[in-house]
Amino acid sequence: MTLTRRDVEKIAHLARLEITEAQMPVYVGSLSAILAFVEQLAGAPTEDVVPMAHPLEGQVQVLREDSVTETDRREAYQANAASVEAGLYLVPKVIE
Amino acid sequence: MSLHHSTASEIGRGLRAREYSSVEVTRHFLDRIGRANPALNAFVTVTGERALADARRADARIARGEGGPLTGVPLAHKDIFCTNGILTSCGSRMLSNFVSPYDATVVERLDAAGMVLLGKTNMDEFAMGSSNETSFYGPVKNPWDATRVPGGSSGGSAAAVAARIAPVATGTDTGGSIRQPGALTGLTGFKPTYGRVSRYGMVAFASSLDQAGVLSQSAEDAAHVLAAMAGHDPRDSTSVNTPVPDYAAGLDKPVKGLKIGIIREFFGEGLEAGTGAAVRAAIDNFRAEGAKVVELSLPNLPLSVPTYYVVAPAECSSNLSRFDGVRFGHRCNDPRDLTDLYKRSRGEGFGDEVKRRIMTGTYVLSAGYYDAYYLKAQKVRSLINADFRRAFGEVDVLMGPTAPTPAFEIGAKSDDPILMYLNDIYTIGANLAGLPAVSVPCGLVGGLPVGLQIIGPHFAEERLLAAAHAWQRATDWHRRLPPAYA
Repeated sequence: MTLTRRDVEKIAHLARLEITEAQMPVYVGSLSAILAFVEQLAGAPTEDVVPMAHPLEGQVQVLREDSVTETDRREAYQANAASVEAGLYLVPKVIE
Repeated sequence: MSLHHSTASEIGRGLRAREYSSVEVTRHFLDRIGRANPALNAFVTVTGERALADARRADARIARGEGGPLTGVPLAHKDIFCTNGILTSCGSRMLSNFVSPYDATVVERLDAAGMVLLGKTNMDEFAMGSSNETSFYGPVKNPWDATRVPGGSSGGSAAAVAARIAPVATGTDTGGSIRQPGALTGLTGFKPTYGRVSRYGMVAFASSLDQAGVLSQSAEDAAHVLAAMAGHDPRDSTSVNTPVPDYAAGLDKPVKGLKIGIIREFFGEGLEAGTGAAVRAAIDNFRAEGAKVVELSLPNLPLSVPTYYVVAPAECSSNLSRFDGVRFGHRCNDPRDLTDLYKRSRGEGFGDEVKRRIMTGTYVLSAGYYDAYYLKAQKVRSLINADFRRAFGEVDVLMGPTAPTPAFEIGAKSDDPILMYLNDIYTIGANLAGLPAVSVPCGLVGGLPVGLQIIGPHFAEERLLAAAHAWQRATDWHRRLPPAYA
């Protein structure tokens, strides 16, 4: 699998990553090499094989009581945000 | 014997016997960190005042006769574990301003055991790397040879314990990130069964693979720390709700009668000759002590690396989508609009390898490619899992090398991602199947440590620890220190 520059631009957009001009050819090369490397999986006989998403079988997801367990720590959490006002996170204007 | 020649367990015994205080021990290690860390770059943050406060509390607890095996023993946490009020960087520019508002469960539990926090250790960015070269804080040096890597991604924890500037440290292992640095620095690196230790507060990389564990000087140390870390946590839905055995109590179980399988696929092309010879000699020693050794084939295991490099990037692209420049983490200056805010904050905040993995994951999950890559890899993961299951129908543990070569030179593989990925060729299988595995030092090749890997079925931690302990009673490789730090 060889990716083109356009392919990488599209992937970077989907992943919301800015890639600089200088880095772009490096990613085209290394991502193509990685995809070529993982293509050896295509030869594995996987007909009727059930895909494995999780290493522990038979584990039951436990539900907790529907009750309030967390205290309000908004200020502590928002202390790590770049821009907040009146308890809200600020971002550039979205609606004109 | 000076303090840094003592294991964590020995320090714990010395503290309870009042041979020294935790404050004295802590000062000794803080002093060693101060002298050695500028060259090693093992710590991102040293928490000196916090350590001394912890130590005074531990001394009071010991004085009341309430100390456990780890009370007053210093430790270092990999900087992937959230620590309340302390920088938690994950080796990334993205989190270089992140002061965690809470403790990870692992941090909380080791704190409750009375351990003393020396600081947070350097690591590959978001645990993505095998050499500790992808860290925003620069590469960590291997204490055995400063021109070489300590392995990764828990490279700072490994270097810190290897240089005995910390008696023991935590790590995380997604594809070998505890065992491989353990092997490359002469330590015991223990990765428990998936779900044995809570992942709450551990920055997520690949959620179906990540597991917390220990980098220690001995199997005994690993047993104590693991017992304190492990157990059910309602805050992690994948945490397993089964009792934690007394790991230390099971250490002396003899290896006589143990059925060992040698993984044939681990001794092929690519294994450096000296490493292979050291591992084979170690297995011969188990045979001499009465273990039964057979050779086994796990035919799908060679597909571990390509399987991992679909599954792990897919999960990482999803997990790392939370870094948006809004709620926490790096934010770019003067964003034009919301898309620009996301793209530049992430483009600037993440390093090259992290971006490469996010993009690989985005691609294999994207419309039209999901079946060919992601679903296919999940099916091959099933095949690899079935190989292990068959093998554990015949033997108690599997053995082989941990890494194909001793530590390589800094820069030697950093330009070729695939060459770097192949470093984890022997470790990834255990993560894909969720198995516990340990690396123990088994020799020196050209003055550099190499490791024997022991893999067990789910929840066979006790069996692995007993095998590792038996090996460490018979040999002294785990007692060797890097000459520059003796």
